[in-house]
Amino acid sequence: MATTTGNPEVSEIAVEDGVRRRDFIEIAAVSAAGVGGLVMVMPLLSQMSPSADVLAESTTELDISALEVGQSIKAVFRKQPVFVRRLTQAEIDAANAVDVEDLRDPQTLAERTLPGNPNLLVVMGVCTHLGCVPLGAADGENKGEFGGYFCPCHGSHYDTAARIRKGPAPSNLEVPEYTVTDTMLVIG
Amino acid sequence: MSFPWAKEYTPKTGLTKYLDEKLPLPRLVYNAVGAGYPVPRNLSYMWNFGVLAGFCLMLQIVTGIVLAMHYAANADVAFASVEHIMRDVNWGWLMRYAHANGASFFFVVIYIHIFRGFFYASYKPPREMIWLLGVTIFLLMMATAFMGYVLPWGQMSFWGAKVITGLFGAIPFVGEPLQIWLLGGYAPDNAALNRFFSLHYLLPFVILGAVILHIWALHIPGSSNPTGVEVKQESDTVPFHPYYTAKDGFGLGVFLLIYFAFLFFLPNVLGHADNYIPANPLSTPALIVPEWYFYPFYAILRAFTFDFILPAKLWGVLAMFASILVWFFLPWLDRGPVRSGHYRPLFRKFFWFGLIPCMAALFYLGGAHAEEPYIMFSQIATAYYFLHFLVILPIISSIERPDPLPFSITEAVLGSDKQAVLGENAEPAAV
Repeated sequence: MATTTGNPEVSEIAVEDGVRRRDFIEIAAVSAAGVGGLVMVMPLLSQMSPSADVLAESTTELDISALEVGQSIKAVFRKQPVFVRRLTQAEIDAANAVDVEDLRDPQTLAERTLPGNPNLLVVMGVCTHLGCVPLGAADGENKGEFGGYFCPCHGSHYDTAARIRKGPAPSNLEVPEYTVTDTMLVIG
Repeated sequence: MSFPWAKEYTPKTGLTKYLDEKLPLPRLVYNAVGAGYPVPRNLSYMWNFGVLAGFCLMLQIVTGIVLAMHYAANADVAFASVEHIMRDVNWGWLMRYAHANGASFFFVVIYIHIFRGFFYASYKPPREMIWLLGVTIFLLMMATAFMGYVLPWGQMSFWGAKVITGLFGAIPFVGEPLQIWLLGGYAPDNAALNRFFSLHYLLPFVILGAVILHIWALHIPGSSNPTGVEVKQESDTVPFHPYYTAKDGFGLGVFLLIYFAFLFFLPNVLGHADNYIPANPLSTPALIVPEWYFYPFYAILRAFTFDFILPAKLWGVLAMFASILVWFFLPWLDRGPVRSGHYRPLFRKFFWFGLIPCMAALFYLGGAHAEEPYIMFSQIATAYYFLHFLVILPIISSIERPDPLPFSITEAVLGSDKQAVLGENAEPAAV
């Protein structure tokens, strides 16, 4: 920009430090405008992040006092399904019988449950392949070849510990952060 | 741009050479707002407002698109969704206040831009097409602003929609069916809210298109200037960049300081508190007025209180529309040979002591209660408004003797212009 001023009267003014007043003002003004413009971009991007009311939905409380062995609940956590299941002894045995090293996503059942509640399996009902809701939480639904969950979209089979055993999904069904009191399950 | 001394765009790198051949967008920008657009060297800060208006349009489009991501155009939830934007959405308060105050500042800028045109008679040939497009843009802005004000679905939104669509009900025979058709019902409701939202999103892009035509038309004769003397020679102009990018940049900085003062410290001062009450079809607010930028036209609307051949209501509506439509005829109503008010002593007196006080009065009266003495003052101001454009301006522009014009812009700036030039005003003024 400064080079476009072909005015010899201006360009020949010798200034201390070799910095022309005009160049200094130009760089300072353009820098201030540039920084100001960048600062304004931040709110424009940030406004698309989850808003306060969405973030406020980040905890789900469930009464699980009536949940019997072999029963499941479908709950909602952050607008996504959660499967809560009291595993039967047969399901626990089936899960523990597997050699963990052979799994795509090696995890034991104990690693996927809380210490005080080894038969309570809480997983997100979101297939780790492309996000469909797997079947198997409700009565009569297809539980897949390994007796856990089966995703009908692209055929991922999860076992009784909701670990991926067959199909395209890369990892086990996610276990959300949760705590358990006497009767309440608090997810999130 | 047509001045033969305009600098030519010369691409230097391989990429810009390739672009210039396939899609000469850099050349277009260079010739429109770059060094390739020669501009009169004597433009005052009154010539900043076109760029500022363009900035306001972009500001409204960007913040408006953001708001549309969070707003719900449904009568049941619209009000709540605006509060959701204010409280829950990240930076939502900033976006909404920026949009609401941005509308007010857009009108401030556009009014100064229009009155600049009045004073310097920028509407005169060869720039009449720019003026006609400008008045069209103003009408589109009014429609857009009105429909935008309905969207929060507060009390003023609802009653504003009711009153403004009621204007169409004044038209004989077809009025009431037309009003029902516009609203999609007998009173503003979901159907009206949805179509207003749709059109409020559409019209800014129509405005953008009209603005591009406005600038295109401007670049044919080039910018006017405070002397009203046309550019004759290269010494009358400087390149738009860097001279007017810098001047406009400074003006933009001052504009933003004032705008931010309102945005951050007085965000609701230009609005109406009643619009924070959800729309209630059974209760009209005590003082039902539009946003401040419509006050002059609202005052004209309310000035007609008596039936004269036609019903008063129809006169008010006709006068309100006519008060803007009369601007379309300005290039032909003003018959003076000289443009700039600086060289038109009589014209200048009627501008500063006639039109400006009249508009100031209409601005005040439009926001006042519809009672005496305000109604009488509205009637006087309305009468003067039309007299000014339809009678006073044609007469004074025919009879007044303008002051001598400078020979050229260069002479106006430097005090002398020794260069001999062929064409109109070929004899240099005595220096």
